[in-house]
Amino acid sequence: MKILVCISSVPDTTSKINFTADKSAFDKNGIQWVINPLDEFALTKAVKLQESQGATVTVINVGDATTEPVIRKALAIGANDAVRVNLDPKDSFSTAKEIASVAQNGGYDLILCGKESIDYNGGSVPGMVAQLLNQPFVNASVGLEVNGAEATAVREIEGGKETISVKLPAVFAGQKGLVDEKDLIIPNMRGIMSARTKPLQVVEPVSAEVKVQGVSYDSVPPRAAVKMVSPDNLDELVRLLHEEAKVI
Amino acid sequence: MAVFVYAENINGVYKKAAFEAVSYAKAVADQTGDTVTAISVNPTDSSDLLYKYGASKVINIKDEGLKNFSAKAYAQAVSEVADGNIIVFPHTTDASSVAPMLAVMKNYSLITNVLEAPESQSPLQVKRKAFSGKGFMHAKADGTGVILTVSQNAFGVKENAVSGSEEVKNLSVSNEDTKVISHEQSSGKLDLKEAEIVVSAGRGLKGPENWGMVEDLANVLGAATACSKPVSDIGWRPHTEHVGQTGKAIAPNLYIAIGISGAIQHLAGVNSSKTIVVINSDPEAPFFKSADYGVVGDAFQIVPALTEKIKALKG
Ligand SMILES: Cc1cc2nc3c(=O)[nH]c(=O)nc-3n(C[C@H](O)[C@H](O)[C@H](O)COP(=O)(O)OP(=O)(O)OC[C@H]3O[C@@H](n4cnc5c(N)ncnc54)[C@H](O)[C@@H]3O)c2cc1C
Repeated sequence: MKILVCISSVPDTTSKINFTADKSAFDKNGIQWVINPLDEFALTKAVKLQESQGATVTVINVGDATTEPVIRKALAIGANDAVRVNLDPKDSFSTAKEIASVAQNGGYDLILCGKESIDYNGGSVPGMVAQLLNQPFVNASVGLEVNGAEATAVREIEGGKETISVKLPAVFAGQKGLVDEKDLIIPNMRGIMSARTKPLQVVEPVSAEVKVQGVSYDSVPPRAAVKMVSPDNLDELVRLLHEEAKVI
Repeated sequence: MAVFVYAENINGVYKKAAFEAVSYAKAVADQTGDTVTAISVNPTDSSDLLYKYGASKVINIKDEGLKNFSAKAYAQAVSEVADGNIIVFPHTTDASSVAPMLAVMKNYSLITNVLEAPESQSPLQVKRKAFSGKGFMHAKADGTGVILTVSQNAFGVKENAVSGSEEVKNLSVSNEDTKVISHEQSSGKLDLKEAEIVVSAGRGLKGPENWGMVEDLANVLGAATACSKPVSDIGWRPHTEHVGQTGKAIAPNLYIAIGISGAIQHLAGVNSSKTIVVINSDPEAPFFKSADYGVVGDAFQIVPALTEKIKALKG
């Protein structure tokens, strides 16, 4: 079984988000980059399938050379090899197109992604890859087992969950629950050492067709100063919520 | 040319997110001088519900093959009937799975998580959520065909009654790649992403046995319940309730945070809430900096007392 895991390199979750002075771009100064947390669930699931079913796991990232430390981290977590498409991605479609192009001839049984990236929150790449490859797509996956040419996936639905069988090859977008939080793999020294020698292939983009452009960015305006209410005067809190904020 | 909108239903019943998407489509159509055509798959609810928010035509797709949800089959069905340049979806789990597949099928631009009506038409430009609520992006579509997904509770449900007509379309889309084995839906529980009020609690509650008071407060307010990430990691609450950067992003009118420190990753999922109330025993808790109203004190005393006072207000 061959698995392709799509990983995105995103600002560490504690990052303060700033934009350049002309507001035309995200300010990358001083940012620590990490594997998109939702992709980590997908990667760990793939490594678990590698252990239990002898799968090979390839990670793919569309990004310029600055994303390589994050790719090496994915190799340290346990992927066998990696592909980097040498393109600083500008939108979901261009990213999906590059992933699909690499996947096209790779013969992957499963493509695993995170449900969305925590930077641009597109939530679009996995579904686009599936459609470009004409494969079924399961979003918000919180469980996945593979049996031969079929997978059983559990997906989150509004107010519940649904278990479905899916013909492979297929694309799954995962989130917390796909593996347990406590099972997320933290690379050990051996993993880090071996990651240095694992193959990381760099391929040039096939197309840089962009369909959506980020024209400008704004920060979230600060909230007005908090109004503190004494715990002995909850009537005042109720009054404020009722009369001032008008939310109850 | 009509603005199309996907009106999502669950087991035939329209969701609030569907009414919000129709309201949004109506605002777009008013900008372009067009009308709104809503598309729904096997609804049982009346189309009158959609006319009320501005749809002047409702296309009901009837297809036994679409009884079970499949992103690909649904995208195929929508693509067969939507022939306008703008297609609006709610940003729900299912609809936001269909939208990217449809965008590829139709070769349209896709802009997700939109917050407001477009800032301009041709080229279409719109404000959307980015950086998990820590910023906004003004996104411009290249090309004329555009699919938009509307972030839940951002635009709001707006009544705008028009007279409408209904058309039934019989399709038979093939849906062979996925098969539903079982389906579990907890009935009667308010959908967290749709809720106007959310009562949420964190590790400060010390254990799952203490959630009764959280639920009591939620009940008197008609609110949904949520929690911080460690709470769902330890298993005190189901992970479907976890809000934040790696959980659900919500935007209720009122968010009440009890015993939650207000870490940046938690804020990322809740800072779009219109009003935030924080109850925390630590006056230095970072959450107070992002709150509208704060109470420093022990949740175990404050929450039951607050519940009683709200009960009294509601009579
Ligand atoms: C990659 C990554 C992603 C993350 N994503 C998320 C996410 O999506 N959502 C999320 O929530 N977190 C997320 N986190 C975790 C986040 O950093 C915090 O650890 C978490 O939000 C803290 O939860 P908490 O406030 O419930 O617990 P704590 O930090 O333990 O805070 C408990 C609070 O309760 C207060 N308290 C204690 N007793 C009482 C009492 N009797 N009455 C009133 N108050 C009391 C304390 O003063 C304290 O402020 C993420 C972390 C990482 C690294």
